Amino acid sequence: MKINDAVFGALLLVLGLTVLVHVQSFPKIPGQNVGPALFPGSIAVVLVVCALLLILTGVRSRAQVAWFEALPWLRSPRHAAALVAVIASTIAYIALANAVGFLIVAPLALVAMFIAFGVRPVTAVVVAVVGTLVIWYAFYKLLRVPLPWGVLERFAF
Amino acid sequence: MHDIGVALQMVFDPYNLWVMFAASLFGLFVGAVPGLTATMATALLVPVTFFMAPIPAIAAIVSATAMAIFAGDVPGCLLRMPGTPASAAYTDEAYAMTRKGQTELALGAGLVFSAIGGLFGTAVLIVSAPALADFALRFSSFEYFWLVLLGLSCAIVITAEQPLKGIVALLLGLLVACVGLGNPAGFPRFTFGNTELMGGIGLIPMMIGMFAVSEIIRYAVDTSPKLAIVDQPIGNVFKGMWALTKRYPVQILRGNIVGTLVGALPGAGADIAAWMSYAISKKFSKEPQKFGTGHVEGIVESGAANNSALAGAWIPALVFGIPGDSITAIVIGVLYMKNMNPGPTLFTQNPQNIYAVYLLFIVANLLMVPLGWLCIKAAKQILRVPRNALMPLILLFCIVGTFAINNTPFDVGVMLAAGVVAYVLEENGFPSAPAILGVVLGGMLEENFVTSMIKSEGDLLAFFSRPIAAALGALTLSAWFLPPVIRRLRRLAGASAAV
Repeated sequence: MKINDAVFGALLLVLGLTVLVHVQSFPKIPGQNVGPALFPGSIAVVLVVCALLLILTGVRSRAQVAWFEALPWLRSPRHAAALVAVIASTIAYIALANAVGFLIVAPLALVAMFIAFGVRPVTAVVVAVVGTLVIWYAFYKLLRVPLPWGVLERFAF
Repeated sequence: MHDIGVALQMVFDPYNLWVMFAASLFGLFVGAVPGLTATMATALLVPVTFFMAPIPAIAAIVSATAMAIFAGDVPGCLLRMPGTPASAAYTDEAYAMTRKGQTELALGAGLVFSAIGGLFGTAVLIVSAPALADFALRFSSFEYFWLVLLGLSCAIVITAEQPLKGIVALLLGLLVACVGLGNPAGFPRFTFGNTELMGGIGLIPMMIGMFAVSEIIRYAVDTSPKLAIVDQPIGNVFKGMWALTKRYPVQILRGNIVGTLVGALPGAGADIAAWMSYAISKKFSKEPQKFGTGHVEGIVESGAANNSALAGAWIPALVFGIPGDSITAIVIGVLYMKNMNPGPTLFTQNPQNIYAVYLLFIVANLLMVPLGWLCIKAAKQILRVPRNALMPLILLFCIVGTFAINNTPFDVGVMLAAGVVAYVLEENGFPSAPAILGVVLGGMLEENFVTSMIKSEGDLLAFFSRPIAAALGALTLSAWFLPPVIRRLRRLAGASAAV
């Protein structure tokens, strides 16, 4: 997505000011002028200056660059779906892996992404199952990473 | 002498050699598939190296990246699409050579001069790093403060088309580095009461997000049409290489030197080295009109440059802990995990480890010749691997790999957020190199700043009171103020010339 510099500038301005306000609550170290607030505070000051400059350049370029400009993929349902599949699968994994289990969530997430990426359904299912098992074996068995079993807990080995 | 013996033993240990071999094949594959980069190869290796001893861990990264930078040339020749950004500078040239039926010559030049470039960069690393480390032993917090600031400034000056956006990227990186307890006062900053944030935002999850997940997103929304592979038998790639060496000795040397220097500058890596070398090659060539029509000269020079940059980037990384490119930014994270903290003491306390690193570079670059040849032979099969089936598997690997570092799903969230943010920022012209340098160096910058401030009791002039510190300070300030002044002068000169 192409976004006008002024929009970034505005967001960064909010971020910079928020940090500046927040660091005021950091403790002062008695007898010293350098506390934990100094470093992030200085960064925030420079950030605010840069944000203002970005707003300036963005407003100046307004004639050529729209506030938001949709790139080609937004108009192509296939590509938009692929993006949604990538992000949604990751979020679903974070949310569900512990409760449901790696061996269930991972292949489902893979199949969803494969379909969105245009892989044929049969291939998608086969590659998803094989891929999950290979990664599971490498990390769970060889590297001993405690990938969650979830509802399959009683079959754990 | 004893240390070199120990280093030889560590490097030629069968397990280590096996790791190098496997990592090389991995690197060749990642480099040859467009859309997967050498930095991504490093990020994907980290979760696996996490479980290894220090030397095999470094061996895996050194071999994989060297191979990936070479292998990036392969799809450039056959698909007109660079395998990694480091090959982008001469992709059109290489493809034009293929169209003329000179695929062997283009690939052979890429392979042979990549290996030579890598060995040259290694030689410079071996000679200069210990000398610099010796020098750096005398540095106090004032010198380190300026050195880090100089490195960060270089990253912006070199990498950013729009310096303002480079500065913003750097500031965001520095802010991320502020999160957590890891500051001189030990006060929890920006943790919002979240215990996971106490230790700061994990470097590895963030890097996997920035360099792997963002590429997957980029692939997902890439609407450019599928490219056809040039179907042409590839003959003996080593034919004519000696003739090229005799014909272009100056170009080879120049590519090696420019590559190593650009690599050693913080923030700029193999891709910028290749672009600069290609431009230099064209400028000083006796036949500049041939560039772009399938002329091997530029490939020889910039193909050597991108591999020498890889080794050059390790010089500041090992001596000062300041990464020369985004790959060494990840490497520094790995070194800390392995208790091999970078810095001048690394050279005095554990010289055998440093010797081992040198040897790894030499072995990896020699190994590149036979394995690279194999990769060229298998190129068509590698390029037929369907990327739409590959990318989701890589994402699952990223998720599991990120989880493996601390066994917490929180890190997977960090990875996803970093990937999305890096993608959106890069699409809008905010470079990622300054951001990652800010994250890696933020703690070091603050620590040396605060120590210096306490020592000098708040007197800023003290930052210039020691001769080396003053020189570094002057360099930093000139990096800030010289480029705009030069640009203004040039514009003035241009205006008066036009009158």
